[in-house]
Amino acid sequence: MATFAGTVTQAARPQGPGRARVFLKRLRSGDEVAHLITLIFALFIFLITCLLVYELYIHSTIPRQRFGWHFLVSRAWDPVFEHFGALPFIYGTLVTSAIALLIAVPLGVGGAIFLAEFAPTQISDGLTFVVELLAAVPSVIYGLLGIFIVVPLLRDPVDPFLQKHLGFLPLFQGPIYGVGFLAAGLVLAIMIVPFILSISREVLLAVPSEQREAALAVGATRWESTWQVVVPYARAGILGSIFLALARALGETMAVTMVIGNTPQISASLFAPGYSIAAVIANEFTEATGPAYLQSLIALGLVLFILTIILNGLARLLILATTRKGTAH
Amino acid sequence: MRYRSIWRKTVSVLMLGVTGLCALVTVSVLVLILAYLAVKGWHDLSWSFLTQLPKPVGEAGGGMANAIVGSGKLLLVAVVTGVPVGLMAGIYLAEFGGRTFSFMIRYTTDLLNGVPSIVMGIFIYTIVVLPMGHFSALAGGLALGVMLIPIVVRSTEEFLRAVPGTLLEGALALGASRWRGVATVVIPAAFRGIATGVLLSLARVAGETAPLLFTSFSNRYWSPGWSQPIASLPVMIYTYAISPYRSWRQQAWAAGFVLLALVLLVNIGARVILSRRHSVQRG
Amino acid sequence: MGAVTNLSSMRSEANRGEQITGRLLRSFEPKFRVSHLNFYYGAVQALHDISLAIPQNQITALIGPSGCGKSTFLRTLNRMSETIRHTRVEGEILLGDEDIFSMDLVTLRRRVGMVFQKPNPFPKTIFDNVAYGLRVNGGYRGAALADAVEASLRRAALWDEVKDQLGKSALALSGGQQQRLCIARALAVNPEVLLLDEPCSALDPIATAKIEDLMFTLKEYCTILIVTHSMQQAARVSTHTGFFLLGKLIEFNETDILFKKPLRKETEDYITGRFG
Repeated sequence: MATFAGTVTQAARPQGPGRARVFLKRLRSGDEVAHLITLIFALFIFLITCLLVYELYIHSTIPRQRFGWHFLVSRAWDPVFEHFGALPFIYGTLVTSAIALLIAVPLGVGGAIFLAEFAPTQISDGLTFVVELLAAVPSVIYGLLGIFIVVPLLRDPVDPFLQKHLGFLPLFQGPIYGVGFLAAGLVLAIMIVPFILSISREVLLAVPSEQREAALAVGATRWESTWQVVVPYARAGILGSIFLALARALGETMAVTMVIGNTPQISASLFAPGYSIAAVIANEFTEATGPAYLQSLIALGLVLFILTIILNGLARLLILATTRKGTAH
Repeated sequence: MRYRSIWRKTVSVLMLGVTGLCALVTVSVLVLILAYLAVKGWHDLSWSFLTQLPKPVGEAGGGMANAIVGSGKLLLVAVVTGVPVGLMAGIYLAEFGGRTFSFMIRYTTDLLNGVPSIVMGIFIYTIVVLPMGHFSALAGGLALGVMLIPIVVRSTEEFLRAVPGTLLEGALALGASRWRGVATVVIPAAFRGIATGVLLSLARVAGETAPLLFTSFSNRYWSPGWSQPIASLPVMIYTYAISPYRSWRQQAWAAGFVLLALVLLVNIGARVILSRRHSVQRG
Repeated sequence: MGAVTNLSSMRSEANRGEQITGRLLRSFEPKFRVSHLNFYYGAVQALHDISLAIPQNQITALIGPSGCGKSTFLRTLNRMSETIRHTRVEGEILLGDEDIFSMDLVTLRRRVGMVFQKPNPFPKTIFDNVAYGLRVNGGYRGAALADAVEASLRRAALWDEVKDQLGKSALALSGGQQQRLCIARALAVNPEVLLLDEPCSALDPIATAKIEDLMFTLKEYCTILIVTHSMQQAARVSTHTGFFLLGKLIEFNETDILFKKPLRKETEDYITGRFG
């Protein structure tokens, strides 16, 4: 809020050259200087972001020119003949994220419902504290746990069990290595559950209590009031939390690259090793021979960037919609 | 009719159990696997681990002293570059914000926040590593610094806005100019929150690996100065964990323990400080 | 409570005596002269053609129902209204002989101090609160600063209660003490005028009485203008009173006359409690 907001409509207000003098005077007083300095720093952020997009764009010209849109649907990944395509990586990114959501959403939303609607305040606050702390754990740590706990677990009891009982589905056929889409999806699920849980819980708590009370007052059970009134009211915000978690999962690098198997292939089987966009960049960036190779990796980065922007934007809109007014029924 | 009512009540209790189970599974799976890390890591932790340089494969012992120091150096660069920008921008948004600029800046800050960390690595690679011709601590630190910015902006703005407007009014009424009032009354009042916000942001970027992979790269020795590749804790954990050598994998656990312990301690500390933020006011 | 009523009846006695002698010995010396003041929040006009003169070294009260513009008026006198966007002022306000709109803003606010409705001490030590205005306006350091702080705290009748705890946080004081601290803070820069915006509305009766006593001694040093919700308070402390209604100044007169023989019907209705 500037100090020059109020004006006097009589002779006291300077015109023309007088205004410049007034501006200089205020400059000396320090307010305008402070305004200017903080503005410059703030605009620097804008500058960095623009520069980021620009650099990504400029350093991916070779694949864009050589392959065009075909880049996105090509399966090739041949550094020798310099044929590059993004499809296996897009596939891997989407599949692992889908698995992660399938597991994390019921757990996260269910847990959030419990903590927001049923649990006594102290338990709710205590468990939320732990969950939010877990959201702060670095991804390389999850990767570590993925390699040494999840993968061996999958390789021995879990995957063979799934193959034995559900092997008629193409999802569970094929050789079992332990690493692969399922392993990566599982580790991702563990990583994004805290986000879904804590944001959904906040969104649910923001639902005005009059809504709950209105349902209970006509004789609904606790569950009915929760599931049929509160959750729909908070629907947009919960969806937003899922989008945010998805955006996080898409960009997740370390944990995925440590357990996905690092093979650029598309396979229907969840046990098969695969590759994600972030993983291939992490693994092959420093070994890329030749500009076409490097720029194809950067082009992949651009694809990932655009995906996450769209998701994040949608997510923010949704969460904003709930915490402000609540959704239309 | 009565049966229907019994059914509904049963469902209600059942769902309470189901959702409770969800919460329990979530928390316990996470807590259990971290406890596993704590136990395994603690077991392989030793004083030599914290103070020695890595030894070649085959030789026993060795440590990650250079990685610990390296992470410290990277964080130093990150703080020096990212925190001032974040603070100033937060102050602008909270205290001076013009309408169009504010929207622009908030939007891009959110955008920057959502950039995947690997993409941030690519960005710094193109503007720092390529011109320099080699990997460097500076590049890694800058990558972390840019990642810091959105977090610091958001928490600074939030805590400045939480200061009641009448405090600034009191300062203005005594003849202080606006910037002076903000600097000597509002910012000190929000200081604790802002400081913990900065600490939390540090804890967050301290664990980042992806942006370092091709900016600061890695180093098996000490890295003097700022323009050489440098070792860091997260990258070391990654490298050792995927290696085929058992002794290295054990060191990965120990390093993981150190990193996790530091990150969690800062987080818990910050939350405790923030919850005790309000001073006692009588009357 | 008995002590309080004694104190206030003694005060009204003294006041009345002063009014009579005042009328005989002192001509009405205006500290503030307001002419045809109009104030707008954006497109909404909040003050309509206000003109009055505020007597020097006296306590003047402004009364009226909620939202009638008395606080808005108060805040134009030290140009605090300018901190809000889209406000506009028309008209003339003179402090002594000087136009406040051509004066340096910082100087104006040093000469015209303000105390707010809810006590707003800074989250600093008691000493630093009082010293703030002195430090900001420059020139005071070391022993001179400490002396000035003590003098202000004495004038605000707070010194004895806090002299051993100047290093303690101001937020540890009770509500009434905090408000007196805010008064001390305002007094530290030696203002000629003190604007009080419902200073006692957040306080209990005993704290209120202490502040009213304080005002009585303070008017030796400066002109006091108090906005108050309580007609009883206005009657107790002030020599002149202005009645505001819907952004207009309905009546302005010596307190005795305004309360006993109001000239306007609206004033009479308000005083007799027919509204507000």
